[in-house]
Amino acid sequence: MNSFVQIVRRDLNLSFRQGMDSAMVVMFFVIAVVLFPFGVGPEPNILMRIAAGVIWVAALLASMLSLERLFQADFEDGSLEILVLQPVPLEIAVIAKITAHWITTGLPLIIAAPILAVLLNMNADGFGMLIAALALGTPSLSLIGAIGAALILGARRGGVLLSLLILPLYIPVLIFGVSAVDATLAGLSVKPHLLILSALLLSSLALCPWVGAAALRQAMRS
Amino acid sequence: MHHFANPTRFLRLADRIQPWAASLTMAFVLSGLYFALLSSPADYQQGETVRIMYIHVPAAWMALFCYTALAVSCAAALIWKHPLASLAGRATAPIGACFTLLALVTGSLWGKPMWGTWWVWDARLTSVLILFFLYLGYMALNNAFDDPERGHKASAILALVGFINVPIIKFSVDWWNTLHQPASVIKMSGPAIHSSMLIPLFLMALAFKAYFVWVLLIRMRGEINAMKVRALRMRQVHDAEQNRSTPVASEAG
Repeated sequence: MNSFVQIVRRDLNLSFRQGMDSAMVVMFFVIAVVLFPFGVGPEPNILMRIAAGVIWVAALLASMLSLERLFQADFEDGSLEILVLQPVPLEIAVIAKITAHWITTGLPLIIAAPILAVLLNMNADGFGMLIAALALGTPSLSLIGAIGAALILGARRGGVLLSLLILPLYIPVLIFGVSAVDATLAGLSVKPHLLILSALLLSSLALCPWVGAAALRQAMRS
Repeated sequence: MHHFANPTRFLRLADRIQPWAASLTMAFVLSGLYFALLSSPADYQQGETVRIMYIHVPAAWMALFCYTALAVSCAAALIWKHPLASLAGRATAPIGACFTLLALVTGSLWGKPMWGTWWVWDARLTSVLILFFLYLGYMALNNAFDDPERGHKASAILALVGFINVPIIKFSVDWWNTLHQPASVIKMSGPAIHSSMLIPLFLMALAFKAYFVWVLLIRMRGEINAMKVRALRMRQVHDAEQNRSTPVASEAG
C-alpha cells in the first residue's frame, strides 16, 4: 500500500511539474466538443439530442490521447525496469500508474463535462447523471487503455496503433455511459445502465492490471 | 502437442493433410453450391435471396471459429511457449478477418432486400464489426515491432483480451432485442430449418472449414519459411560482423 501511494504521488508530481500536459487533454476535450455545433449546425434541438453522445465520445478520445505516455516515458528513461525489479508486485505498480493517470485526465474531464453540457444545450436534469456516468466510466477507460499502452511499448507509430487496439474495447463503456444519460433525460430507469457500468469497472479493475503487468513484462524481456 | 513443435515434423504432417483438405474443400463446395443454388427450394417469404444464407451463415460461424482458434493458439504460445502456436495465430488472423468481412458484406446484401437497409446498429452487427476491428488490431500489433518475437507476444495478449467479444456475439441475439434473428440451427429443440435447406447449409459449412484448414496450412508453411529466411539472414549478418571484427570494423556502406 505504501509503495502504491508513493508511485501515485511520484506520477502526480511528474505531471504537475510538466504543467500543461494534463491541461492539454482538457483543452482537446473542450475543442473537440465545440467543433460539433459547427459541424452539425447550431440548432438547439439537435444539439440537445446528441449532447451526451458527443461529450462521451470526446471524453473517450481525450483519455486515449494521453494514454500513449502512460508507460512510454518510464520505458524510455529506464525507470520502468526499476518498477519491474521492485519487490512490490508489478500489478500494484500498474494500478498506481492507472490511478495517477485517472486523477490527471479523468477527473478534469468530469469537471469540464457539465460546462460543455451547457454549451450543447443539454437538459439540466441530465447533468448529475452525466457526472455519475463519467465518474463510473472514465476509470474503466483508464484501466482498459493501460493494456494498450503497455502493449505498444517499443512499437513503430505507437500512438496510431493504440487507437486501433483500444477504441473497439471502449465501445461497451461508451454505449452504457450514453444510455444512462439518455435514460435520465427520457425519464426511464437508469439503474440497469449504472449497474452495467459498475460491472464493467469492477471487471476491468480485476483483469486489466493483471494483463497490463503481463504486457509490461513482455516488453521488458525483449 | 509439443511433438509437433518441431517445424520439420509439422511440415511432414502438413504435407500429408493438405491434399486431403484441398480435395475435401472442392468436393464440399461443388456439392454444397449445387444444393444451395439449384436443388434447394426458394423461401416462401424471402424468395431467392434466402440463398445468401448459404454463404453468410457459414462465414459468420467461421469468423467466430477462427477467433477462438486464434485465442487458443495465442494462449498456447504464451503459456507453453509453443514455437509454432504464435505462427499459427499469425496465420489464422487474416483468414478470420476475411471470413468476418464476408459475413458482414453478405449480411448487408441480405439486409437490403429483407430489412430494407444495408446496416442497422443492433447488437449482433455491432459486435461482429468489433470482432473485425479486433482482427485488424491483432494484425497491426503483430507487425508493429522490429523484433517479431515481441510482436507475437504483445498481439497474443491482445487476442486473449479480445476473446471477451466472442460469447457476446454468440448471445447478443438472446440478450438484446435485435433485428437479427436468433439462433435457428443449433438449439435445444432441434433445428428450425427444413432439411432441404439444412443439408446445403451444412455442406457449405464443411466446405468453409476444409478451406480454412487448407489455407491455414499454406500460410503456416509460408510463415515457417519466412522464419527460416530471417534466421539465415541473421546468421549472414552475424558472420559478416565476425569477419570484419578486425581493424576496419566501422566502414560505411
